[in-house]
Amino acid sequence: MGSFSNSSSVINEEDKNFYYATQWSLIRSRFRQHRLASISLIFLGLLYLFAIFSDFLVPYSSTQRFSKYNFSAPTSIYIYDSEAGFSSPFVYGQKKILDKKTFSWKYEPDLTKKVYIQFFTEGEEYSLFGIFKSNIHLFGIDEETPVFLFGSDRLGRDVFSRTIHGSQISLSIGLVGVSLSFLIGILLGGVSGYYGGYIDDLIQRFIDFMISLPTIPLWMAFSAVLPRDWSSLKTYFAITIILSIISWGPLARVTRGKILALREEDYTLAARAAGASTPRIIVKHLLPGFSSHLIVSITLSIPGMILAETALSFLGLGIQPPAVSWGTLLQDSQDLMAITNQPWLLIPAIFVIGTVLLFNFVGDGLRDAADPYS
Amino acid sequence: MQRILEVKDLSINFYLREGVVHALTDVNFEVFENETLGVIGESGSGKSVTVQSILGILSQPPAKIVSGSIRFEPESRNLELNLLPTYGDTYRNVRWNDISMIFQEPMSSFSPLHSIGDQISEALTLHRPELSETDVLSVCLGLLEKVGIPSPAMFFKRYPHEFSGGMRQRAMIAMALVCNPKILIADEPTTALDVTIEAQILELLESIKSEFNMSMIYISHDLAVIGEISDRILVMYLGRVVESGVADEVIDNPLHPYTRALLKSIPKIDQPIESLDPIEGSIPSPFEVHTGCPFYSRCTERLGEICLRQKPAHKTYNNGHKVSCHLHA
Amino acid sequence: MLTYTIKRLFQLIPILFVISVVAYAIIELPPGDFADFYISSLRATGVTVLEDEALRIKEQYGFNAPVVERYWRWLENIIFHGNFGYSFEYQKPVNEIIAEKLPLSIGLTFGALIISWALAIPIGIYSAIHQYSKFDYFFTFIGFLGLATPPFLMALIFAWLFLKFFDYSVLGLYSPEYVTAPWSFDKFIDLCKHLILPVILIGLQGTGTIIRVMRGNLLDELKKPYVITAKAKGLKFRDLLLKYPVRMAINPIISTIGWLLPALIAGEILISIVLGIQTLGPVLLRSVLSQDMWLAASIVMILSLLTIIGSLISDLLLVWLDPRIRFERLSK
Ligand SMILES: Nc1ncnc2c1ncn2[C@@H]1O[C@H](COP(=O)(O)OP(=O)(O)OP(=O)(O)O)[C@@H](O)[C@H]1O
Ligand code: SF4
Ligand SMILES: [Mg+2]
Repeated sequence: MGSFSNSSSVINEEDKNFYYATQWSLIRSRFRQHRLASISLIFLGLLYLFAIFSDFLVPYSSTQRFSKYNFSAPTSIYIYDSEAGFSSPFVYGQKKILDKKTFSWKYEPDLTKKVYIQFFTEGEEYSLFGIFKSNIHLFGIDEETPVFLFGSDRLGRDVFSRTIHGSQISLSIGLVGVSLSFLIGILLGGVSGYYGGYIDDLIQRFIDFMISLPTIPLWMAFSAVLPRDWSSLKTYFAITIILSIISWGPLARVTRGKILALREEDYTLAARAAGASTPRIIVKHLLPGFSSHLIVSITLSIPGMILAETALSFLGLGIQPPAVSWGTLLQDSQDLMAITNQPWLLIPAIFVIGTVLLFNFVGDGLRDAADPYS
Repeated sequence: MQRILEVKDLSINFYLREGVVHALTDVNFEVFENETLGVIGESGSGKSVTVQSILGILSQPPAKIVSGSIRFEPESRNLELNLLPTYGDTYRNVRWNDISMIFQEPMSSFSPLHSIGDQISEALTLHRPELSETDVLSVCLGLLEKVGIPSPAMFFKRYPHEFSGGMRQRAMIAMALVCNPKILIADEPTTALDVTIEAQILELLESIKSEFNMSMIYISHDLAVIGEISDRILVMYLGRVVESGVADEVIDNPLHPYTRALLKSIPKIDQPIESLDPIEGSIPSPFEVHTGCPFYSRCTERLGEICLRQKPAHKTYNNGHKVSCHLHA
Repeated sequence: MLTYTIKRLFQLIPILFVISVVAYAIIELPPGDFADFYISSLRATGVTVLEDEALRIKEQYGFNAPVVERYWRWLENIIFHGNFGYSFEYQKPVNEIIAEKLPLSIGLTFGALIISWALAIPIGIYSAIHQYSKFDYFFTFIGFLGLATPPFLMALIFAWLFLKFFDYSVLGLYSPEYVTAPWSFDKFIDLCKHLILPVILIGLQGTGTIIRVMRGNLLDELKKPYVITAKAKGLKFRDLLLKYPVRMAINPIISTIGWLLPALIAGEILISIVLGIQTLGPVLLRSVLSQDMWLAASIVMILSLLTIIGSLISDLLLVWLDPRIRFERLSK
């Protein structure tokens, strides 16, 4: 008896692996045909790479201030000069001028002062992944004339450097938050779908209830409870937990539905007959069966997390300075005056919108690839 | 007898992402007044496409009439239906008023959100705007009673999902009759029903046909049913009419190997069940293009090279029996 | 239908209970309790509070009792006395603040719901009928953009555009000259003008998704046999479309209220904060920033209640509109 069930489950396993292998290569090839989604995936990959190597890619740390250069407009980079012709990229120095009409300070290029941009130059020290110490930056320039690709903020900090640094929190919170939501979802959805009956009823009711709650007020209230003196890391995780605890509903619903559909399939029945335990069946047999659908759902729930973090931090309830995220950066553009006079402060918004769009495009492409008939 | 419908050299393609489906190729047939034309063929042979093209209810695109003509009442009005704008007044007035249809799926062919009465009376109010509400109601209730629905007034207000398939199909028949059409098309009206109900519905249709003086096009893939109900028979295979003629002629003296195979597959009462002979081989993919006879791959009487390479021509015998096969060149 | 409605109302009870627990958790979670907070805020305003008086206050608010009892006292006050507590930040009973701000919040959200349907349903229908047309692609893109733009940014950008191109400030509820003016027709018109942009912006929170749901549903429905039946009967395209497939495709839209309302409320809060409209949004922000938790918890609770009631209404609406569901639910 023992040897019989063993051999049958081995065959099952192989069949299944073969089935998933072909299914995945099918999905991959269909996804590649989806041009917008493929391109979006590449851009997303680049964004995450930028986030990982942000210390190297940007010239300054997120806190470095150039006190003489507050609210400086984005620096123009030139490669042509009427006298010297083409050269390697350079910038002009800036002079501060008082606008006689509005009585506000303005910056104008100082054409007499030409400074070349240096590549792989030494700058502030940082440690990559907390291990490799280095002070080499992709590009930089001498201290006197800073280069502000996206302009500078009220305190003279480089918006470009801060935006790229901020992507670390903004981009990762989506992933971490969704993983947490997903875990809760799998757990409840799995139990619900697998046992069925009144347990399923109860959990389903609860999921419906969670989905119908207004998330933003709850997020606001719970994140306000966090002590202000916590370290950035602690706040980060607390915010992530709050975000996912309130928004796991939709993912759990999808999980439940898929498990319900799949538990009737042959190989689960076979595994059950062979005496596998329930959690083992869920993990080993059911999960691979619907991972393509889950990946779609996950991809499509990441943007919600990113937007939630942005909104909370924008309101001053999320990530606290000196930590930077796209949301905290947008706090600077809270009033109309700021946007009117320093529109470059809205540049981080382009990153938020862009990232969310990319995730949506990729998610849509994945959905079409995983399920061409829906 | 007068011809009421004439379909000539009709070819219809579906242009899909996966390729072009030649759903109909050079289909020719006629329908005479007060007769029943039986159409038979396996799944995918183009029976539904043929009748839907008559009513102009194919979605275009993906469907496109690439050649041929469909004439309604060629002797008198001579409406060339295939040239009329789909939603133009002329075509819309032909629909249900002159030609109506009973669909295969009585469940999904009714809207679940509207009461049966609403859906039955709709066509009548549309085509007979002069009728008062009470007249409309009495016509509908009368018809519901005629098709054998126990308490029509109650039925009228209820919704499709509250009834069995047989009841719904009766309602569908009543609906098809509201405008007293000249042609009634029945596209496999009994496929979704069980056998006892199938017999009742068949009987109902036959009695109604004679009472209303209609012509009928009856579609089925059951040759036994077709043989019983039809005056003339059209045998279709892969979008082509392979054989046609008076019912008795076709049944007693089948000329095309496909028709012969179909006849062999009918269970007969005096025959042991083992000798049931379903047609060998599977239907070719609809995307396939055939240079020779489309039945070649499954034909047990094929002649070789000529059947593979050359399209069989139509041959017409004196009694009107037509066939398209190299055996009858 | 009536018994079903009553049954559904009874089913709300456990849900209300869970909401109240969540709300109470918000009150209890911050370090220190309200009495401490209240006493120190009294002291900050110059009132001298003696130690035994502080104890008396603690006693009065029940802060020495175990948590379950405190919860019950709080709930009892709400249920039997309609008393939501006191806001230390505003120095007013919570009831007063909510009574003052809630109508506008509900009005904005409801208006936004109507707007988002009124925009999304026709666009969804048109997109489905003209699938893959330029129009279809355009609105798919706009829908994506709307989904990707946080509401507060949308409000900021539009407010900025209005200021820049029309030299018109959409901030606040009234133009400066009407703020203190007595009620008049002109003031009402002014109020309406100021509410149009917020209502549309809030409505846009759901529009993109509803367009896509509507378009997808309708495309599915258009393939169904009953559409062919209707066409075969000789109906005009327009009549056929509106009577059958559109009706079918709209029903699932009604059930989207369940997630649409939370999204609209989120939008209402953020947009009101940015545009300075005096609804519950800015009050909620101020209360959580100052840890005025009775006020915050009450607002959270009331907003949750609103969404729950909203989905109940949508559910009943669906039962009323869809005979299949009616048959299934009512016969049980
Ligand atoms: N809407 C459509 N889109 C694409 N192809 C279609 C469509 N309708 C029919 N076809 C194709 O046209 C061919 C004929 O189909 P049709 O429905 O007429 O067959 P049928 O004889 O009615 O079969 P059945 O007995 O199953 O009803 C088939 O190959 C089918 O693939
Ligand atoms: S033409 Fe040839 S292959 Fe075709 S049916 Fe006749 S005998 Fe068979
Ligand atoms: Mg058919």
